[in-house]
Amino acid sequence: MTELSGWGRYPWHPSDVLSPSSPPAVPPLMTSHTGLVARGNGRAYGDAAIGERVTLVTRRLDRIRAFDHATGRVRVEAGLLLADLLDVMVPKGFFPPVVPGTKFVTIGGMIASDVHGKNHHRDGGFGDHVESLTLALPDGGIAECSSAENSDLFRATIGGMGLTGTILEATFRLRPVETGWMRQQTIVASCLDEALEGLRASSDATYSVAWIDCLAKGPSLGRSLIYVAEHATLRDLDALRPGAKAFFPSRSGRLSIPLDLPPFALNRHSVAAFNEMYFRVGAMKAGYPFLVHWNPYFFPLDGIGDWNRIYGRRGFLQYQCVIPTAHAGPALSGLLDRISQRGLASFLAVLKQMGPSHGDLSFPMEGFTLALDLPVSEGVFPLLDDLDRIVVEAGGRLYLAKDARQSPSTFEAGYSGLPRFRDLRRAIGATGRISSRLSARLGI
Amino acid sequence: MNASRTLLLVGGTSDIGRATALCYAQAGWRVLLAARREDDAKRNADDIAVRTGAEVTVHRLDILETSRFQTFVDGLPQLPDTVVCVVGELGDQQRGQTDLSHATQILRTNFEGPALLLGAFAERFLERGSGTIVGVSSVAGDRGRGSNYLYGAAKAGFTAFLSGLRNRLAPAGLRVVTVKPGFVRTQMTAGMKLPPVLTAEAEEVGRRIFTAAENRKSDVIYVRPVWRPVMMIIDSIPERIFKRLRL
Repeated sequence: MTELSGWGRYPWHPSDVLSPSSPPAVPPLMTSHTGLVARGNGRAYGDAAIGERVTLVTRRLDRIRAFDHATGRVRVEAGLLLADLLDVMVPKGFFPPVVPGTKFVTIGGMIASDVHGKNHHRDGGFGDHVESLTLALPDGGIAECSSAENSDLFRATIGGMGLTGTILEATFRLRPVETGWMRQQTIVASCLDEALEGLRASSDATYSVAWIDCLAKGPSLGRSLIYVAEHATLRDLDALRPGAKAFFPSRSGRLSIPLDLPPFALNRHSVAAFNEMYFRVGAMKAGYPFLVHWNPYFFPLDGIGDWNRIYGRRGFLQYQCVIPTAHAGPALSGLLDRISQRGLASFLAVLKQMGPSHGDLSFPMEGFTLALDLPVSEGVFPLLDDLDRIVVEAGGRLYLAKDARQSPSTFEAGYSGLPRFRDLRRAIGATGRISSRLSARLGI
Repeated sequence: MNASRTLLLVGGTSDIGRATALCYAQAGWRVLLAARREDDAKRNADDIAVRTGAEVTVHRLDILETSRFQTFVDGLPQLPDTVVCVVGELGDQQRGQTDLSHATQILRTNFEGPALLLGAFAERFLERGSGTIVGVSSVAGDRGRGSNYLYGAAKAGFTAFLSGLRNRLAPAGLRVVTVKPGFVRTQMTAGMKLPPVLTAEAEEVGRRIFTAAENRKSDVIYVRPVWRPVMMIIDSIPERIFKRLRL
């Protein structure tokens, strides 16, 4: 037994850990154990990747099996790290179709959580780009899944939190890029309405995201910096940084980045001061495009190793909800209002526009998503229950890959695809056999 | 110029084998992976090929089937420029103390097989007048310890074999390199508590093997230099004290 937690270091649960060395080693484990779920690199924040009894770590399934230069199609094993794929593929002129906020996730985890990136409004989630996958089933069998073959299973596995089986391999297409640089532009929004409007107005941009100052109140409530970006072309590079190499190697790990925080105890004053500075420095750059390397652009926090420890031993919660477009304005301002009133220290929160939903347990839906970190404390749980009520009332839902505490009723209200997902679990014999702490908590 | 050179990596499913083959492929070498489990070796071959663009092929070889070694060597698409043998099996010392077939397997896998195979390549390299042989032995072969002396004895034999081979081949200008990795975080040591300073990653071992084989000065290397003084101290403990230590 090992004590496991997610990236938020809350909660901890004991579990046996298995670490199969190859894809063919997985199916026998699916029948010899029960109460089991797969875990990639452990970057889900809460209890999604902790088995009720057994946790099957896929990190050793980390081979790239095939790559076609002509089409960008790549076939990889599920335990491959996105960071590893980027290091191999960016110098070849290819970029993953969707990347989340950290590159230290596995491809299997990206599919199981149907991760979204700053381009969700245009390109959908990572799952929308998966052409096929190989799944180890609860009965010890193996299924090839695509939109043509085992299509229900394919659909449910995308965003299915590992609850349909263990993903062994996946095939998807990378997009060609001319350079490893991003052409970024900053737009300043002085309040929430401006932020939402700014995101809507920039929906033609491939990537867009807003960093919100959660401590700003009153007329500044929701003040944000909106970052829009494109993969820089060779022409961009020539214009903005003549002579620079198109593909600059990422010094993996520690880049100097705008979020490099000293590890002193966080409190509302230090965070407020930081946010003030961050906002001003960002605003100074507003209005004209500049080039930034893909690594700090997409993965600013990855530059700080183990940044999850900043929140101390009690751990932290990430709260990420999505609100349908029609109710986004009032609901988000209600959420931000409560958060800023309580002054519970959070770094900058993230606001982002999302495109259509994928279905089943996949998180994204057309609307706006808000994500913020909160250190675990007595006071935080009632606050989040309050926020849940606003989200449910507005027809929104919470991201399972981030969740550690929502109630079954909040969950059921948000995910209309749940009955269908449960039926599928029963049909393939997954109910009770494949279960994580999250699925047990929420009754999936 | 490197583009035409070929590596044969024996032990193509191991973590050290994978890491070593990747280093050679990154330097433009063609790679032949020899392994008993071909499907598993194919995973590494595909991975290395995608990452580096190198040509990587898989060749079936069971290190215990010594009678097939000559056929294996003849059946390769070409005589490699360098052979690296990373085959090793820690085995279960306690089991081997009473189960003689297990003890035999440990001795044969770590000594007989690797020695005979590299010996076969040595003859071909002498005929051709060129070639580099790299054998991954172990610090466990430097002095027998109660906790793993079957493995240690086999590795000691392998170290002595490599030393003798080097002595014989040196006048002909052929190189033999002995590698002693120390602790390495791999499938073989999964779950063991290892001291961080003395423990290398497989990638580190791969890089060291490549640089040692390509740099003409190295004969016997410890992957982490700290192992050299550590083993000097262990070697210098008088036997009457050593025999009482729990090691």
